[in-house]
Amino acid sequence: MLSILAVDDSPSIRQMVSFTLKSAGYSVIEAADGTEGLAKAKEKAVNLVLTDQNMPLMDGITLVKNLRGLPMYATTPILILTTESSDDMKAKGRAAGATGWLVKPFDPVRLVEIVKKVIR
Amino acid sequence: MGEMSNQGLQPGGMGIDLSQFFEVFFEEAYENLASYESLLLDTNLDGPDDEALNAIFRAAHSIKGGSATFGFVDVAELTHELETLLDLARKRELQLSTEMIDCLLASGDALRAQLKRHQDGGTGEPTPIAHLISDLRRHATGQRQSAPDNHTSAAIPSVTLPRQILKDGERTITIRLGPIPAGFDVQNLLNLFDEIPGMGKATFAPSDDPTSEEFRDLNVVTASTNGELIDLFTFYIDRDKVTIMEAPLGANPATNSMPVDLGFGLFEELPMATTESVTTNIEASTSHSSPAPIVATPAKVEKPAAAAESTTLRVSVEKIDQLINLVGELVITQAMLAQKALALDPNQHNGVVAGLTDLERNTRDLQDSVMGIRMIPMSFVFNRFPRMLRDLAAKLGKKVELKTSGEATELDKGLIEKITDPLTHLVRNSVDHGIESQADRAAAGKTAHGTITLSARHQGGSIVIEVRDDGRGLNRQRILEKAAEKGIPVSDHMSDQEVWQLIFAPGFSTADVVTDVSGRGVGMDVVKRNITSLGGTVELDSSPGQGTRVSVRLPLTLAIMDGMSVGVGGEVYILPLASVVETFQADQSKLKSLADQGKVVQVRDEYLPVRNLAAIFDVPTIRAQSDRAIMVIVEAEGRRSALIVDELIGQHQVVVKNLEANYRKVDGIAGATILGDGRVGLILDIGFLVTY
Repeated sequence: MLSILAVDDSPSIRQMVSFTLKSAGYSVIEAADGTEGLAKAKEKAVNLVLTDQNMPLMDGITLVKNLRGLPMYATTPILILTTESSDDMKAKGRAAGATGWLVKPFDPVRLVEIVKKVIR
Repeated sequence: MGEMSNQGLQPGGMGIDLSQFFEVFFEEAYENLASYESLLLDTNLDGPDDEALNAIFRAAHSIKGGSATFGFVDVAELTHELETLLDLARKRELQLSTEMIDCLLASGDALRAQLKRHQDGGTGEPTPIAHLISDLRRHATGQRQSAPDNHTSAAIPSVTLPRQILKDGERTITIRLGPIPAGFDVQNLLNLFDEIPGMGKATFAPSDDPTSEEFRDLNVVTASTNGELIDLFTFYIDRDKVTIMEAPLGANPATNSMPVDLGFGLFEELPMATTESVTTNIEASTSHSSPAPIVATPAKVEKPAAAAESTTLRVSVEKIDQLINLVGELVITQAMLAQKALALDPNQHNGVVAGLTDLERNTRDLQDSVMGIRMIPMSFVFNRFPRMLRDLAAKLGKKVELKTSGEATELDKGLIEKITDPLTHLVRNSVDHGIESQADRAAAGKTAHGTITLSARHQGGSIVIEVRDDGRGLNRQRILEKAAEKGIPVSDHMSDQEVWQLIFAPGFSTADVVTDVSGRGVGMDVVKRNITSLGGTVELDSSPGQGTRVSVRLPLTLAIMDGMSVGVGGEVYILPLASVVETFQADQSKLKSLADQGKVVQVRDEYLPVRNLAAIFDVPTIRAQSDRAIMVIVEAEGRRSALIVDELIGQHQVVVKNLEANYRKVDGIAGATILGDGRVGLILDIGFLVTY
């Protein structure tokens, strides 16, 4: 089963994302911030990382940078969930090595479509 | 579906109902609001802390993200404005002022009202937020002019999807509708734009094919967000038949590929991008061929945050209450079994008796654990006071500092809810009547700001909550005068304690001027009554010029009580153990009759009024002829009485059942319980008996 790491500090969003992806047949690991996300990513390689940008302790961009520093995550698709879609934000995401971005709010259907597109 | 927008709620083929996440979202939003508020109140305007500003921003940001996702558009709209202002503040492009904090706090109140409304199903009047939004915008823009006008600060993050700014916030977008349902007239949608002021203008796009029965394209010039447009459209046409394309399609002829909603993009082409891909949306990276690792140094291993989230479980209160009820029944069953077992010969039924002993212990442990679930920390009540004090102090022109201790002290949820109002009243009183004006304080050689201290601690089986102020203290003389005026019997020989108790008398108020803060002095008697009805007591302590301390003592839970059972005639009554002082036997000759106060009994050097339970409840006594009376001294509201009973039966925990819920309110009876033998025992209201 393909596994996805979902990192978001909001329990409701995390639950929604997790429920949606599990319904679509993925196994989902949840983390509440970048630090926890990084620790869980190291424990077990996942096929896709979905991370929020604004989080306490470690934000999404920093998490992406850290993950890209690990050989096991050199090519894993990483999507940043963000409420901002400014060019500035995109430049930062690209520089950090993220695969793509997804603007909040999104609905469950869209989320699954996009995940299907990038997961490998 | 009320006010909730369709946005994001379309289950599509997935069949996912977002409403299942609402409750978690509300809880989370309230938590975020609480920390938003307390952080704002702690903000030091002269040198705000970076981490605090970030945390305030994140709280608003989180609520916005959730509300937009779950379709609470009005909440998202307001939090969006908050976020804009807070973002500027945390980037130090704007200096927070007291006025801004007030506005941010007021917005927090509005958010709470909005959330409450959605939680209640979205009925009722929507919370007005227009004035807040315009204030927030004014704060955000007014200040920004002085800041360097770089482009990033102008690019306010959009609530929903990216927008392309034209001028004055207007932009041109193309909206594709379709496949068009049979009988649907697109012209109706165009007319909408004429009917609703401020929506913008809509025309058929150059790419539109008027003959197409499948898709129609509209060009829209608007300042509204995509979310607002979609909200509007979805009143008339299904959400999945509306596609917003940011750039006008007019320039390039319509392609056959279905345009995909914006809001998603990739930084590079996928290795095996298919033909149905996202041509209009992919932002191909020009300089990047592979996501090469950026970080040169190995990532520092940071300690994982304690995963508190995964070790807690949110459960509805009903489920817990049901559990508590069941445990209560179990306790009763266990008590009945224990009583039956008394008749058994321990030698013959060795195993049964040992088993029952274990059952008793396990039942007790189970009861404690289950009651523990309902316990929540006092911080739930204390956290509302910083805000209240701030508003009050501002209104009264006083300076007040709040100190709290023992926030972690736990109390039953039901009690926490019921104690909130009385405590609020006490705190208001302290600020209004206790703390002096700044001038008076200065004259008395005190610090300009008064201090209110709230504390909670466990003491025995009770919790003691104190509200302390360092204000002017109670004025003994004035209370006595006022009481005399009100026709309350007083004497100069009364102890301070007795004098203080006078302010709990109905209608008593010593404030020279009735203020709109503490009302007309009808408060303290109500406070006292509410606390007494919870099985608690209130004590006052005061010294002139030093301040006043109000101590509220409450049982830890309302569901279980330590009781002493006494027999009167054939009846069994339960006295709350907390109010039992001592028991003794007295010769009938020691009971003296007073002209107008019934009988009294001398206990050491004190005369106590005597209450004969048999007479009060009109049950035949079996000891009428006895020359020695069995008496129980009870205390409530600072008064003592000696009750005459027929026999003392024992002490045990009783499960309190509400008499009003099952029968009706009876004077002198606080509740009922089921005894070990299955009979009902009435729990006496000591507060009533001592004043009988």
